[in-house]
Amino acid sequence: MKKFIESQFDAQRHLFEKGGKLHWAWPLFEGQETFFLTPKHKTKHGAHVRDRMDMKRLMIFVLYALAPAIAIGWYNIGYQAFLAEGVAAPGLVDCILRGGLAMLPLIVTSYAAGGVAELLFCIVRKHEINEGFLVTAMLYPLTLPPSIPLWMAAIGIIFGVVIGKEVFGGVGMNILNPALTARAFVFFTYPAAISGAAVWDMGGKGFLSSGPVVDGYTGATPLLAASGGALKDGTASIDAVAILNSYGFAWSDMAFGFIPGSMGEVSAVAALLGAVFLVATGIASWRIMVGAAVGLVATAALFNGIGSDTVSMMSLPPHYHLVMGGFMFGAVFMATDPCSAAVTPIGRLIYGFFIGVMCALVRVVNPAYPEGMMLAILFMNVFAPLIDYFIVKQTTRRRAARMATA
Amino acid sequence: MEALTDLLSLAVRSIFVENILLSFFLGMCSFLACSKKVETALGLGAAVIFVLTITTPANWLLDNFLLKEGALSWAGMPEVDLSFLSFITFIAVIAAMVQLVEMIIDRFSPALYNQLGIFLPLIAVNCAILGASLFMQEREYNFAEACVFGTSSGTGWALAIIAMSAIRYKMRYSHVPNGLKGLGITMLMTGLMAIAFLAFGGIEL
Repeated sequence: MKKFIESQFDAQRHLFEKGGKLHWAWPLFEGQETFFLTPKHKTKHGAHVRDRMDMKRLMIFVLYALAPAIAIGWYNIGYQAFLAEGVAAPGLVDCILRGGLAMLPLIVTSYAAGGVAELLFCIVRKHEINEGFLVTAMLYPLTLPPSIPLWMAAIGIIFGVVIGKEVFGGVGMNILNPALTARAFVFFTYPAAISGAAVWDMGGKGFLSSGPVVDGYTGATPLLAASGGALKDGTASIDAVAILNSYGFAWSDMAFGFIPGSMGEVSAVAALLGAVFLVATGIASWRIMVGAAVGLVATAALFNGIGSDTVSMMSLPPHYHLVMGGFMFGAVFMATDPCSAAVTPIGRLIYGFFIGVMCALVRVVNPAYPEGMMLAILFMNVFAPLIDYFIVKQTTRRRAARMATA
Repeated sequence: MEALTDLLSLAVRSIFVENILLSFFLGMCSFLACSKKVETALGLGAAVIFVLTITTPANWLLDNFLLKEGALSWAGMPEVDLSFLSFITFIAVIAAMVQLVEMIIDRFSPALYNQLGIFLPLIAVNCAILGASLFMQEREYNFAEACVFGTSSGTGWALAIIAMSAIRYKMRYSHVPNGLKGLGITMLMTGLMAIAFLAFGGIEL
């Protein structure tokens, strides 16, 4: 089999090499070849990984780490849709079918639209297709609500790939995380399609729909509900846990991910599994994840201590913050993006910590957005180079002093 | 106590939520030109904070005791309205302050003085500085608010330019298309920073 593939590529190679008729499409050829076969050459420029693992293996490992989140998200879309239509115990296969019908088109759109943009840049700028895109185009749809129109998703990923990454020169040279740039773009451009209670499940919509949404079903995400300041029956309340219970969101449901929410973000447990894999293989920095968790818990605990008579989110305990919304997913897969995060060890702790702080801050203090993880990470992406700059300065100064005394 | 928390929220608002650079895009010229090195950005940031801290309250005094309609009632002329002179008066105060800063920096840090070069006197026409005075006038702040607003607007501006200078330091390793090198990519990056700062948009303090 390997021989066969190899011979196919070798037969076509002369067309794409320098002087060949199709030389302009070299990145396309090269990308296909390295997708199937181990490349015979080493990386010459761009992002370097000093290990036996090259960029491709590294990025594919991230996709493995994403598998649990994708699987649970996939099932959950179908499950939530049937729940909204009042089907008491939907079958596993039905849920998977329905979830797939919502999720797969978005993933395919993301790869296709972003891929075309990436390829155009590769051809014009004559660099190789980089595997970072594999991860970007997978992370991005996972942060979207399943009901978003495909063309919006496509515009978002094109913006993320072009403005977030390619204008800086491609993978490893970008400042902000491209997947989050894409999502932020969609978030601010089409707010109605990406926020509010109606977008988080496919209830009443889609191919296998068994009828309209039943009365009394809101589709609100736990964070939206908890920040609403009222129980499900409309009674005002400032006790976030009581509100969540009135909507039927138990802590364990939120941890496992059987709640309305973005496609891949719902399950904290799945993200944790991914985190274990990423840390064990040495791909993602545990410092960032730990920093983020500590920052979030500390800030949430602080808000609990302050308390409030009007803002229900103030009373949400830290362990709820951890499993709700996109925090876990963001901290594991988005914040740890090696090119947009801080690179010094201490810098990573600081960077992670402030992501946690900002996330809690936006959730609790900012009434405009119920979830703050995306903006928290983008915000700290902006400040990551500054953190690194000062830590490097500090280190050189300390070493210089040590050299002077020695 | 009430007044103190109000001032605190005004400070937070003008540093983060309504950052004078990233939400009003004032003071872009020196932001784009002087953000190549972190040291320069730190120096210019400090100079802008200093100038804003002095000019905003100074202009407040002028506005309330000289320019505003009825401001001259202390001199027995309550019907005089000199507010058409605000622009020129504010600019004059700002220019004088900038001269002062220039002399101070030249005296104490000649290296920084050389780095900032033409952009130091150009603070005089930095729109962020006149902008802060005009916002102060339009929003009818009291004196304490004017002081806080001036300082924190400057801090917000300094924060943005320092962050940008570190980003540009990192971007030396980027492979930016020729047409976008320099100002082009910096403009794009400013837009992306503004998106990130939208995290605070909607916070009501």
